[in-house]
Amino acid sequence: MFYREAGDFKTSYVDDNQTFPIKFDRYRYYAVLLIAFAIIPFVLNDYWVNAVFLPFLIYSIAAIGLNVLVGYCGQVSLGTGGFMAVGAYACYKLMTSFPDVNILFHVIISGGITALVGLLFGLPSLRIKGFYLAVATLAAQFFLVWLFNRVPWFYNYSASGQISAPERTLLGIAITGPNAPAWAMYLFCLVFVAASAIIARNLTRGAFGRKWMAIRDMDIAAEIIGVDPLKAKLSAFAVLSFFVGISGALFFSVYLGAVEVGEVFGIQKSFLVLFMVIIGGLGSIFGSFAGAAFLVLLPVFLKNVLVAGLGWPTDMAAHLEFMIVGALIITFLIAEPHGLAQLWRVTKEKLRLWPFPH
Amino acid sequence: MPEQFFFAMEVILNGFMAGVLYALVALGFVLIYKASGIFNYAQGVMALFAAASLVGIMDGQVPFSHLINAIFGTSVHHFGWHVPAILAILLTMGIMVLLAWAVNRFVFKHLVNQEPIILFMATIGLAYFLEGASDLMWGAEIKKLDVGLPQGLNETIDNVTFNLFGYGFFIDNLDIVATFVAVALVVILTVYSQYSKQGRALRAVADDHQAALSVGISLNFIWVLVWSIAGFVALVAGIMWGAKSGVQFSLSLMALKALPVLMLGGFTSIPGAIVGGLIIGMGEKLFEFTLGGMMGGATENWFAYVLALVFLVFRPQGLFGEKIIERV
Repeated sequence: MFYREAGDFKTSYVDDNQTFPIKFDRYRYYAVLLIAFAIIPFVLNDYWVNAVFLPFLIYSIAAIGLNVLVGYCGQVSLGTGGFMAVGAYACYKLMTSFPDVNILFHVIISGGITALVGLLFGLPSLRIKGFYLAVATLAAQFFLVWLFNRVPWFYNYSASGQISAPERTLLGIAITGPNAPAWAMYLFCLVFVAASAIIARNLTRGAFGRKWMAIRDMDIAAEIIGVDPLKAKLSAFAVLSFFVGISGALFFSVYLGAVEVGEVFGIQKSFLVLFMVIIGGLGSIFGSFAGAAFLVLLPVFLKNVLVAGLGWPTDMAAHLEFMIVGALIITFLIAEPHGLAQLWRVTKEKLRLWPFPH
Repeated sequence: MPEQFFFAMEVILNGFMAGVLYALVALGFVLIYKASGIFNYAQGVMALFAAASLVGIMDGQVPFSHLINAIFGTSVHHFGWHVPAILAILLTMGIMVLLAWAVNRFVFKHLVNQEPIILFMATIGLAYFLEGASDLMWGAEIKKLDVGLPQGLNETIDNVTFNLFGYGFFIDNLDIVATFVAVALVVILTVYSQYSKQGRALRAVADDHQAALSVGISLNFIWVLVWSIAGFVALVAGIMWGAKSGVQFSLSLMALKALPVLMLGGFTSIPGAIVGGLIIGMGEKLFEFTLGGMMGGATENWFAYVLALVFLVFRPQGLFGEKIIERV
């Protein structure tokens, strides 16, 4: 009934190559965009934006980036937190050094700066593989956090060592700072999320994506059929750190407003984003969203049930949350190694045959 | 100058001792990796869990007391007895064996033939689970672990070196104990794996799963055994770390440093774990001593990782690792 190709005739190559070739899929996509851009901003309030929507949107960008590296290119990185910190500090330095430039450009340039840093830390991936690489990326994580903690130039010699975002506006509406309205912050992040999802989707189904997947499946074989591992791996690292940098910049400037680097961008953040990618599904853009939504909503849900509902102390709820997240990851790996995205795929397949499965 | 020189010597010696502690954690990683190809990220958390359980048992804490109190509105905390250290260590070992069995039964049995990266992720999940479980069972506050190990300045060494060089070396008794324990542990493990029946089976499994299975070695038993041994190593490491800096969450972060140690030494080599640990321990202390002040301090946070990274670029399989041969 749904997701049928039947009757959907393509008359040009452009039609054939579009992002969502199935008509139903395409309309669903437009509907989601419409709801996200035109309906949600009018109905949401401060609590929902700060507790759910902003973290979801921002983590989605990071998860998409990490998914490109881990899911499509097969290289594991545990340096996401460090790269987010680069984005945040780049954004902070740009915001304070060039107050007249629009914040939109600051965020994008922060992504670019992070991409350069990512290239640097991606270089060892040409020699080091597998687990060794995963551990090597920890060097990025710890070194970058230390750097931002210890070099006062990065936090403009502020006494607390924190960075805090000054108020910046877009089209006359405050985006950052304490006076920014919830819907404006939401829309600002949403634009970035939509853009990065489209970019990532098209990158992964184009020439780059094919090269990445060849490297992921077997790098030596890929090299023999003519994929340049240098370009493929480094481009994946650049894309990862670009997206992660943007998410770090947004995380700092729009969402938190003030950041202490060791606390916010520590190793835990790297794992959190990695979990989003795993739970969501490796090698799927939709999976990045699903994983981010799941891991953002889970703590909110648990907190509401355990703390507000049962009256437990918060620290115990936090410990239980750790256990549940850990158990869920293991359960997912056992039951569905391809994550939430695979469940969605199966559902789609079922819907396609419904109501006449035979 | 001699003053400076002796000071540097002392720093290196202390780094050596710290390296022994890293090596203790790294040892657990190597054991599991060799026998089952699983890169066990949870090793550090296992050390934390073991140490927390040990303290809990010694103090006679009621496990999950906070949880029980929250659910039933009671206020139980302690059984009111104190368990002697030896007995408590044995009991904790029992818990670690149970854990090993549970991990194999509920996690890795279902993940046979999965890709290594999936197994790695599963151990990260396990680490989270254990971390939460440890806090929930025994409480999250910083605990003091005292099993009667000597601590503090070793006065004999201080006196002897003072008489010899006119400069007393400061060396912690605990570090000396840790060194002896590490040496003993390596000797025991080597003897065990070379001469006992299970040890031989263990090495067979490490060599080739299929072949080992075909000559009648039970993989399930071996894996439980390996995880139990890793649990034992974790317990030893947990006791040492716990006695040094208290049982707390940062213990599992310290254990993260075993990773660069492993990279230096190679994932499959027990001597590699020891040598790597010593190099990292001495390297980071010396670096902090010579250049750290100039760079703003606390370079220990990242030095080990960067050293391992630079090292790996030149030798991707580590110092003692097996040469990586790949076929298409």
